[in-house]
Amino acid sequence: MKAKLILKDGSIFEGKSFGYEGSVTGELVFSTGMTGYPEALTDPSYKGQILVSTYPIVGSYGVPERKKWESGRVHISGLVVNQYIDTPSHFESKKTLAQWLKKEKVPGVEVLDTRYLTHLLRDRGAQLAKIIFGKDIPFSDPNLRNLAAEVSIKEPNFEGKGKKTIILIDCGAKENIRRSLLKRNVRLITVPWDYDIFSIKEKIDGVVISNGPGDPKMADRTIVTAKKVLENKLPLLGICLGNQILALAAGGDTYKLKFGHRGQNQPCIEQNSKRCYITTQNHGFAIGKIPKDFKPWFVNANDETNEGIIHEKMPFMSVQFHPEATPGPNDTEWVFDHFLKKI
Amino acid sequence: MIKFRKILLLGSGALKIGQAGEFDYSGSQAIKAFKEEGIKTVLINPNIATIQTSEDLADKVYFLPVTPEFVEKVIVKEKPDAIALSFGGQTALNCGMELNKKGVFKKHQVTVLGTSVKTIDISEDRQKFAAHLKKINVMTPESKATDSLAEGLKIAKEIGYPVMIRAGFALGGQKSGVAQNEKEFKEISSAALSFAPQILVEKYLHHYKEIEYEVVRDNQDNCVTVCNMENFDPLGIHTGESIVIAPSQTLNNHQYHMLRELSIKIVRSLNIVGECNVQFALDPKSNNYYVIEMNARLSRSSALASKATGYPLAYIAAKLILGYPLTKIINQVTRVTQSAFEPALDYCVVKIPRWDIEKFKGAQVKIGSSMKSVGEVMGIGRSFEEAVQKAVRMLDIGADGVTDNGFSDLTPTPKRLFAIASVLKKGLSVDKVYKQTGIDPWFLNRIKNIVDAERELAKKKRLNKESLLEMKKIGFSDKRIAVILGKKEIDIRKLRQKYNILPSVFAIDTLAGEFPAKTNYLYMTYWGNHNDVTPLNSKGVIVLGSGPYRIGSSVEFDWCSVMAAKGLTKYGKKAIMVNCNPETVSTDYDMCDRLYFEELSFERVADIYEFEKSQGVIVSVGGQTPNNIARKVHKYGIKILGTGASDIDRAEDRNKFSGLLDSLNIKQPAWNSFTDIKSLTEFADKVGYPVLIRPSYVLSGAAMNICYTQEELMMFIKKASDIGREHPVTVSKFIEEAREVEYDGVAQEGVVKAYAISNHIENAGVHSGDATIVYPAERVRYYSGARMVEIASLLAKSLNITGPFNIQFMVKNNEVYVIEMNLRASRTLPFISKVTGVNFARLAVDAFFGQAREYKIKYPDYVAVKAPQFSFARLEGADPILRVEMASTGEVACFGDTAEEAYLKSVISTGLSFKKKAALVSVGGDEYKMRFAESVWRLKNLGFKLYATRRTHFFLKSKGVQTILINKVYENRKPNVVDIIKDKNVSLVFHLNKMEDVNEEFNKGIMDGYLIRRAAVDNNISLFTDINAARLFVMALDKYKVEDLKIKSWDEYL
Repeated sequence: MKAKLILKDGSIFEGKSFGYEGSVTGELVFSTGMTGYPEALTDPSYKGQILVSTYPIVGSYGVPERKKWESGRVHISGLVVNQYIDTPSHFESKKTLAQWLKKEKVPGVEVLDTRYLTHLLRDRGAQLAKIIFGKDIPFSDPNLRNLAAEVSIKEPNFEGKGKKTIILIDCGAKENIRRSLLKRNVRLITVPWDYDIFSIKEKIDGVVISNGPGDPKMADRTIVTAKKVLENKLPLLGICLGNQILALAAGGDTYKLKFGHRGQNQPCIEQNSKRCYITTQNHGFAIGKIPKDFKPWFVNANDETNEGIIHEKMPFMSVQFHPEATPGPNDTEWVFDHFLKKI
Repeated sequence: MIKFRKILLLGSGALKIGQAGEFDYSGSQAIKAFKEEGIKTVLINPNIATIQTSEDLADKVYFLPVTPEFVEKVIVKEKPDAIALSFGGQTALNCGMELNKKGVFKKHQVTVLGTSVKTIDISEDRQKFAAHLKKINVMTPESKATDSLAEGLKIAKEIGYPVMIRAGFALGGQKSGVAQNEKEFKEISSAALSFAPQILVEKYLHHYKEIEYEVVRDNQDNCVTVCNMENFDPLGIHTGESIVIAPSQTLNNHQYHMLRELSIKIVRSLNIVGECNVQFALDPKSNNYYVIEMNARLSRSSALASKATGYPLAYIAAKLILGYPLTKIINQVTRVTQSAFEPALDYCVVKIPRWDIEKFKGAQVKIGSSMKSVGEVMGIGRSFEEAVQKAVRMLDIGADGVTDNGFSDLTPTPKRLFAIASVLKKGLSVDKVYKQTGIDPWFLNRIKNIVDAERELAKKKRLNKESLLEMKKIGFSDKRIAVILGKKEIDIRKLRQKYNILPSVFAIDTLAGEFPAKTNYLYMTYWGNHNDVTPLNSKGVIVLGSGPYRIGSSVEFDWCSVMAAKGLTKYGKKAIMVNCNPETVSTDYDMCDRLYFEELSFERVADIYEFEKSQGVIVSVGGQTPNNIARKVHKYGIKILGTGASDIDRAEDRNKFSGLLDSLNIKQPAWNSFTDIKSLTEFADKVGYPVLIRPSYVLSGAAMNICYTQEELMMFIKKASDIGREHPVTVSKFIEEAREVEYDGVAQEGVVKAYAISNHIENAGVHSGDATIVYPAERVRYYSGARMVEIASLLAKSLNITGPFNIQFMVKNNEVYVIEMNLRASRTLPFISKVTGVNFARLAVDAFFGQAREYKIKYPDYVAVKAPQFSFARLEGADPILRVEMASTGEVACFGDTAEEAYLKSVISTGLSFKKKAALVSVGGDEYKMRFAESVWRLKNLGFKLYATRRTHFFLKSKGVQTILINKVYENRKPNVVDIIKDKNVSLVFHLNKMEDVNEEFNKGIMDGYLIRRAAVDNNISLFTDINAARLFVMALDKYKVEDLKIKSWDEYL
């Protein structure tokens, strides 16, 4: 079945469908990761986005069972690839990517020149786009919505045993953040994005604000919570969106990057040691103004954008990349240890 | 950071199986990286055909053996403050390790750059390495090292068969193998132990995947993996013998990063600084893994990874060992980002090895855990199908894609890829093929996709725009599509152009397009509708490179291509290089203005030409591959720089060329071309035997042969060829005991601008690529020399040559004959250029632009000798004898005051060793016995202990030279010749026979001579089979002790 990928600027790309056949709209972004599509597709941070894979061959190892995913469902609005592989080979594969996308009602299309698409997004910035089957639908900008609210859990969840209790504010948290914390023997309470964490009747030892989709400024209630956490001097770790939320809560500012960072090969320099770490990233916004009493913790070695901040004295810290990886390299998993040590 | 003043770099010497052009690439990049820092570089490398030994790279070049004795002398003379061991393969590493053990570095205060010697020792000693991995909780297959066969058998029993046997301290997995039982274990282990001090016996992991990671680390502990690669063939096939794909295709995120993390963990634990390669075995049915091997140096895989990603690994490694952190080295490709990152690919690459096993009489075609391939190609595409089919064509073996090449054997051989396509076409299921081969179904399904598409087209017999594009997207050539449809290649090309189906030009930018890159590294794909670059138009000149290294075409043509590309700058031209061999320097990011890592096929060259709208194409510097498409390219209307296509044809068409020689009164051996046996034999009778025959169509084995009798002639024709109107056979009179002389020249519009004459040591009948060549031509008398110059000028004028050319002359009784002429750069061009100091390749470019100046090359006061490097030891069963078909894999050349001095240095460079003063002499026929008796007498006087076979012994005795009589194998008495060799009682074997007798032996199935030759090769003992070379060697030994050989750099001679 044929489909059309249409960009806001009017460019049209002929596509061949391999997923669900229903029109969608979203923000078109590209990711340069070469492996890890099941993880990426279930990352809630991709909510509202049509994802272009720059790696041309997708579907090769099928789709694993649910517990290997980063959330309970596919979050991207659509997937654009160069070549789709319908003959996966992997001992963990339960179904093909096409079967999965159809089940999850997410379109997938093969487009002839994904490199051109990438160049276009790089040069003109992320674009509104739609994948059309037959009947046209209007463009809609997901960043105008409170996406974090859409993907956050609805009720708090209690799990794990440990002396320390950590609150994870879920703005669209990847499951590996949970797994990474639980692995370190903590009691973990995961709460919705707008939950009043101080209503919890337990001693809180630290707070983690998760990754998530969209403009951080839309997550106003999480920013308010973060402010309170700072006031209460509770150790705080922000990841990705959580990083931006910390900056906003502490008096800094964020801005939208031209085309964002999405991939698994972003080099970040830790400012103290000057050591370079290869990180997984998936974000369209970044910290511009660094809040008072904070200093840059990590800086992107390629474009020198900020990749994390840390307080001069207090245990407040955040990173723009994903220390939990999945997909991507595990170089910065130590960030969790670093945070927990401060508690 | 310590500032170094002068660095000594060890090269890898001659190209051989397991260690080839990749070290020219890594050494050249290292020299550039050092030079940028203002550090002086001294290079030791006897491989004269390399780019790293060219005038504009190292500050000083020594064409000397890379052995501890010579390297130490250079250290004493040059006083470097540091040495780099990781850019010259196993040769440089082993040499460095030995020097370190002897305390040479300490004594002369030389710092070993990069990874410490201690770490290298751990990584090279399999037992120490296994113990280290265990310590850091990294899995490695259960294994034990031993230096004895008996103990090995015990270990194998403990571990349980099948077991893998690996030789320690050996390059390219030499003499490794899988043993299914005790008998096989004994065979493989004893062979391995004759080469290596120890063997490692380990559990054989049946059908595990083989995965590699290339890691770089700086001295601040920054560590990244540049590339991962997956072998198409499962474990058990050496990675150099396997088809390899990058990045991995069948690994999920967890596996990819699990192995990545392990690689980094290992590299960190060993404190490696620079480049390192880690190889894993991964269970296809679980996440179980084992570390198989690690190379703490640049390797064949790192060259591939570098070309696959665009990340200049060797250059970076060189900067890292100087103390730079990764974060301070700019990404040479993007020029905006830096080097501490991991490349993201938006394409995939497929490497396929190039084998030439069938060129060796008697060699086994089975491939396995030790290397036999002589080169490789790398296809780049946006689908596996596109990349693999490109790679197949790049091999230049006549296959036009993976389908329909007539093979069906699924056991590991060079043809297995084709066999897979063929059995899938016949309907065997992917599952069954997987069970038989262990090749992941992912790959098999991709090949099936190609097979299915072809079947579909063959059924429909029709093409529309859409289906044609689909065929191109999965890598079908115009030619293959034409064959399926019963059309001509050009018809499909025209149809494509009509439909506007043209390949897109994409760049390899290391970041998958995330950043605008200023890269010139390009490939073509049908999965696109834009181009990353705009045409250079008439500013551009296309240089066709050499394609894969193979017997007969290797690094020498890469040198010519690079020099030609560099020469274009002078004329305001942009060099557009086309080549497909990842081992080369010509495919380096900074060697030309644009690099198309592409097929050297007519189709692709025409695509590039039409896209670039270039001024023209240079076809005469890349050897036979570009030369082969010259006619087609010209016919299509593409401008060829230099000698006109019709003149090329006049030299290449044997009939036309022969007519030309006759009209100019130039002698040639009588010859003719035949389509039936009767007239062929009549001709042979008339001119008299021996005759040289060349079939135009070869069924199997060697293409050329010398026949001494009618019986031999009939046998050869029957066995090796098919005679008929379609397949004529060329026969020429073979002149025995004639001298062969090489003439290399460059002409401009028919006027010779520079030339050099060199002569072979061996008589005519030994392929010029296998010959020992001396410059200046000492064996050529004044009259003959003058005649050759005259003939060359006549031919240059008659053929209106512009560019490089080569003539092979034969001299017998002062008569000069022309045996061959090529209007292209010859194999000897880098040698000639370097020994005369005149760069013939650059001069050829000057000639293309009408600007060649004339050189009068003076007769030198030094001599240079080029010697062949053979890799017979690698090719089980191959008969190590010199014939009309080329067998050498590489070459070296050294300078000296005399031919003897230069020759001695050269043969030592090829690995010859005579530490034990003992030799075996076996000479066939009275004439040879007589001619060699003097040499034996000299050896005796030099204190050699001499063993001789019966007739040789008694002959020598009659001349007053005492030898120890030794039995031949057929005499059935112990000890026999083979025992003497196996027990290493001798360090030299002289097995000298007339070609006529060797032929006869072979035809009669007499094995004695073969057994002696093979035993020498299998036991790593130096073998001479040519009487002239042997005599020169003994003369050299007589004149020089190794201590007397002068340590003089290249510039001190010129």
